[in-house]
Amino acid sequence: MSLSQPLAAEPLRIVTPKTAPRRRIPTSANIALVGVEQSFATRQGPRLLALDNINLDIAAGEFVCIVGPSGCGKTSLLSLIAGLAFPSRGEVQLNTQRITGPGTDRILIFQEHGLFPWLTAGQNVEFGMKMNGMKKAERRQRVKHYLQLVKLEQFEDSYIHQLSGGMRQRVAIARALATDPAILLMDEPFAALDAQTRDMLHDELERIWLETGCTIVFVTHNIRESVRLGDRVILMTYRPGRIKAEFKIDMPRPRQIEDANVAQLSAHILSEMRSEIDKSVQAEYAR
Amino acid sequence: MNKLAKNILFYALLLGAWYGIARSHIWPPYLIPAPGDVYTALHDGFKDGSIWIGIRISMQRVIIGYVVSVILGFFLGLGISTSKFLEDTLGRLLTSLQSLPSICWLPLAILWFGLTDKAIYFVIIMGSLFSITMSMESSRAAIPRIIPMAGRNLGAKGLKLFWYVLLPASLPHLISGLKQGWAFAWRALISAEMIIISLGLGQLLMTGRDLNDMSQVVAILLVILVLGWAIDALVFRTVERKVARRWGLNVPA
Repeated sequence: MSLSQPLAAEPLRIVTPKTAPRRRIPTSANIALVGVEQSFATRQGPRLLALDNINLDIAAGEFVCIVGPSGCGKTSLLSLIAGLAFPSRGEVQLNTQRITGPGTDRILIFQEHGLFPWLTAGQNVEFGMKMNGMKKAERRQRVKHYLQLVKLEQFEDSYIHQLSGGMRQRVAIARALATDPAILLMDEPFAALDAQTRDMLHDELERIWLETGCTIVFVTHNIRESVRLGDRVILMTYRPGRIKAEFKIDMPRPRQIEDANVAQLSAHILSEMRSEIDKSVQAEYAR
Repeated sequence: MNKLAKNILFYALLLGAWYGIARSHIWPPYLIPAPGDVYTALHDGFKDGSIWIGIRISMQRVIIGYVVSVILGFFLGLGISTSKFLEDTLGRLLTSLQSLPSICWLPLAILWFGLTDKAIYFVIIMGSLFSITMSMESSRAAIPRIIPMAGRNLGAKGLKLFWYVLLPASLPHLISGLKQGWAFAWRALISAEMIIISLGLGQLLMTGRDLNDMSQVVAILLVILVLGWAIDALVFRTVERKVARRWGLNVPA
């Protein structure tokens, strides 16, 4: 979307993403959610419907952002793709195959990074490769490479508590990339960081995405962030989580979070999301 | 004044006060021996080898008993932390058994095993097993949910998940549990040795009593005290400090 276009753009329903030709696109990373429903047992009795009839196709190499108020089931959605949880109904597929468990082709990155405090930054990056039985010499080499990619090569031997929040998140990204995942699943990875660090990590993530050609599913409640990063933004409703609208973002890259275009489109998406946020807030207060 | 100087001063004063009280003869020497007499008792004990034998035998017993406790506690803790049923039943039973002073097991042990080493091992194990088991279990429960999730996501499962993720993740809690278990084992040992005549430091202590030799009693007390402190400081606190530094936790002094 560019400035010359009117902003009343209709949310797009069906999208085939345009992918930059220079990128190496792994062919093995098409995600499909088909009629996915997920509910949880609650203490009060009735089951809580977290996700309701989610149908979503994500193409290989695509950068998809999922936004919605807290409690819209964004995180559940990622767990399903990661294979750490299973839908109550429907199916989550990877290349038309039903997902039956976790795999290092799909790596989650969490808000609280989930790094192992008993290992150094380098050993954290090495961890997934070690679990997969890669030879030590090759692992060492790749650790160097991926730490370099996130510009942390001189922190290989530092323990996690010695690193800043932004550096920890970069280690988490390097750790994820080191297993050569076709898909990165990111759960509000930058939510706990300060604005400057976040901007810098946006740039780095975009660069890494371009270099590696991986598919990224990025969950956030920050609409600006989603427009800054995504090829497509999926807006979800408050409980039960449904897909309310999709927006295709075809502004040229690299974008800046302060861009007028980004701001304008964000305002538009926010107006769509307003009612969902209100519902979420009301539910919070009603408790 | 630094810590070392403070402590040197403190112990010098303590020793001085002891010496003063002993020299004043308010109480007879067989109740309050002079520091010099205790030193002589220590010197003689080490020279004739009786204290060395006591240390060797006691340490051997407590180490064997403790290791058995740790191995048993490891598997019991694992069972409790993986089964909700065991947690609600066995876990509760062990928590209540933990409050039982270890010496209470002694009559039972003597009736079962007689006045033998087996009875001593039994008391040591009973004294430390429950606290070790419960700390295995609670240290596992203290792991943030995100850690095993990240581990599974990166391809660790089953035994690998346990060995490379869950075990190291529970280490900080585990060490304090193991330390506490050691303290319980040490106490149980000395209590048991005092009743069962079978060499060891506890028996030397009782021999001192039987001979009305207060110098020996105090000398053995000092040996038990220093030994217990040394293991705590040299083994457990060293490991604890190392882990804390790595994790960036508050380093215990």
